[in-house]
Amino acid sequence: MNIVVCIKQTPDSAAKIAVDGGQVTWGDAPLVVNPWDEFAVEEALRTKEKHGGKVTAVCMGVETAREALKTALAMGCDEAILVSDPALKGCDSLGTARVLAGAIRKAGEVDAVFFGRQAIDSDTGLTAGQVARLLGWPALTYVAAIAEWKPAEKAVSVQRMTDEGRQVVESSLPAVISVVKEINEPRYPSFMGIRKASKTTIPVWSLADIGVAADQVGEKGARVGWAEMYAPPARKVVCEMIKGETPEETAAALVDRLIAEKVI
Amino acid sequence: MDFALSPEHEMVRRTVREFAQGELAPLIKEADRKQQPPEAMLPRMAGQGLLGICLPARYGGQGLDYLALGLACEELEAVDTSLRVVMSVHVGLNSLGLLQWASDAQKQAFLVPQARGERIAAFGLTEPGAGSDAAAILSSARREGEEYILNGEKIWMSLATRAHHVLWFARTDPRAADPHDGLSAFLVETDRPGVTRGDLHGKLGVRAGSTGWVHLEEVRVPAANRIGQEGEGFAIAMSCLDNGRYTVAAGAAGLIRAALELSVKYALQRRTFGKEIARHQLIQEKIARMAQQYEIARLLYLRAGWMKNQGLRNTRETSLAKWTATEAAFEAAHQALQIHGAYGYSDEFEAERLLRNARGATIYEGTSEIHTLLQAGYALGYRGDRPLRCELPAHQPGM
Repeated sequence: MNIVVCIKQTPDSAAKIAVDGGQVTWGDAPLVVNPWDEFAVEEALRTKEKHGGKVTAVCMGVETAREALKTALAMGCDEAILVSDPALKGCDSLGTARVLAGAIRKAGEVDAVFFGRQAIDSDTGLTAGQVARLLGWPALTYVAAIAEWKPAEKAVSVQRMTDEGRQVVESSLPAVISVVKEINEPRYPSFMGIRKASKTTIPVWSLADIGVAADQVGEKGARVGWAEMYAPPARKVVCEMIKGETPEETAAALVDRLIAEKVI
Repeated sequence: MDFALSPEHEMVRRTVREFAQGELAPLIKEADRKQQPPEAMLPRMAGQGLLGICLPARYGGQGLDYLALGLACEELEAVDTSLRVVMSVHVGLNSLGLLQWASDAQKQAFLVPQARGERIAAFGLTEPGAGSDAAAILSSARREGEEYILNGEKIWMSLATRAHHVLWFARTDPRAADPHDGLSAFLVETDRPGVTRGDLHGKLGVRAGSTGWVHLEEVRVPAANRIGQEGEGFAIAMSCLDNGRYTVAAGAAGLIRAALELSVKYALQRRTFGKEIARHQLIQEKIARMAQQYEIARLLYLRAGWMKNQGLRNTRETSLAKWTATEAAFEAAHQALQIHGAYGYSDEFEAERLLRNARGATIYEGTSEIHTLLQAGYALGYRGDRPLRCELPAHQPGM
């Protein structure tokens, strides 16, 4: 199977995010592969290990995003492609989806595209669905398990995570699949993989390479505008100690307080 | 001069950090309380490739360099000393000793399975009556035809009850005029008849680690298990220590970093006299010293690792790194505990484990006193390093 996994480079989840002059900053916190995307990489690799083929990691980003792709290579991806272009600055999720869909089309005959459920920085969770729409492929979102690959029939059956439980869905291939963390336990990069990754040249595709017009992406192509950006005001926390003579009394007093606060 | 780590080294560091924090850290507290190494520790470390990290790929290793070994040790000891000790013994003292001194046939037989993590290796130099005075060992080996017959006892051996092989130092020539010249090195498989072994308990620190003793009684090993030539044992032991000490130095840098990180976190939270304790200058002094000592320890071990990569003799530099870093680690742990106050004295917090773990490293792999004498000897011109018959090979990328 020919699998593409789309990844994003994000600040580390431990980074201290601040808003400075209307811009989000994370200081010198390290940049990592979006943690949700690690599950997508892992599932792509497991699929390849079981059914053969190759896994290509695709990332849209600036030059530093090369490091995220190296991590994907070190985990075991066969190839990596960076899509980078000065015109991409200010992309919203639709612009990102146009770029990724263009890169997937250029990547040749693809059977499945994996995404993490969302990125931990912008948190929109829109890109996978938008890419599917642009490609005209089924979107299998919030997938918690692949029930069965049927490569011969060009089909797949998956379990989707919903609020009510698991939903089993059958779909034709190619399809876009976004995964949740229940699907697997991502592996750590291997040392051999790290050595391989540091030797691999990662090609950079421009907008011209993937056949996407500059006015469809970046600030020009964005449908979403950011009117204002500010940090949420700090919450006021009041600490109240519940006291009683016995544990039973303390528990009763706590319950009364929680009911009064309409917590329970 | 370039002080930046390469992207490859950064990725190794991040990978080992995430692996150690995610897969090993949750096992430590219980193991430390029980004085029992977690069963999952060695298989997980082997699975990640740590047990062959800097051994050439042609010998079953991961093909990374000596700096990667140091970085891994720093990250592992930032979680717990017992994890770094595995690297010191299996990789530093034993496997790199074999890489340096063993014949190609011996490398294929012993080093390859070790580098793959399929077999665990230990190092047997210290005896009940011989520590710093290593040439005073009583273990003996006498030749009979194509075999040697070994007798003796080793103690304070890490992984004693886990190891499949021990690199064992024994006296082959009791009549040698200089006792240093009468020693030889052997690879002893622990399943041979006459081998008995056990664990030691009641250690102050590194309680999640395995430390024990091994006793040999009329143990027959083939002559093909002798590493190097007869009489080369002392030189082999000392070059093994050049590599073991390097891992100890790098690990100690990790322990200082752990002490610093714990202290910073606590000092920013805990309030006394109406402000967070980090605002008190006496706390700041402790934090500043830890930051200073971490940088010193780190630069010293990275220089030693760089020298190993180049194939340069580094006995002096490695000794300096080990001495400096282990002394600083004990002081950092001591001050981290002090910053935590009474909480630091409890095993609910990590500072006391750091303190207990840091203490041993100023004793093993050369006491601080031995390193003081070595450094004085080099500075005064009393000692120098002669070329060895076999040197540790420089790192060759792609091998």
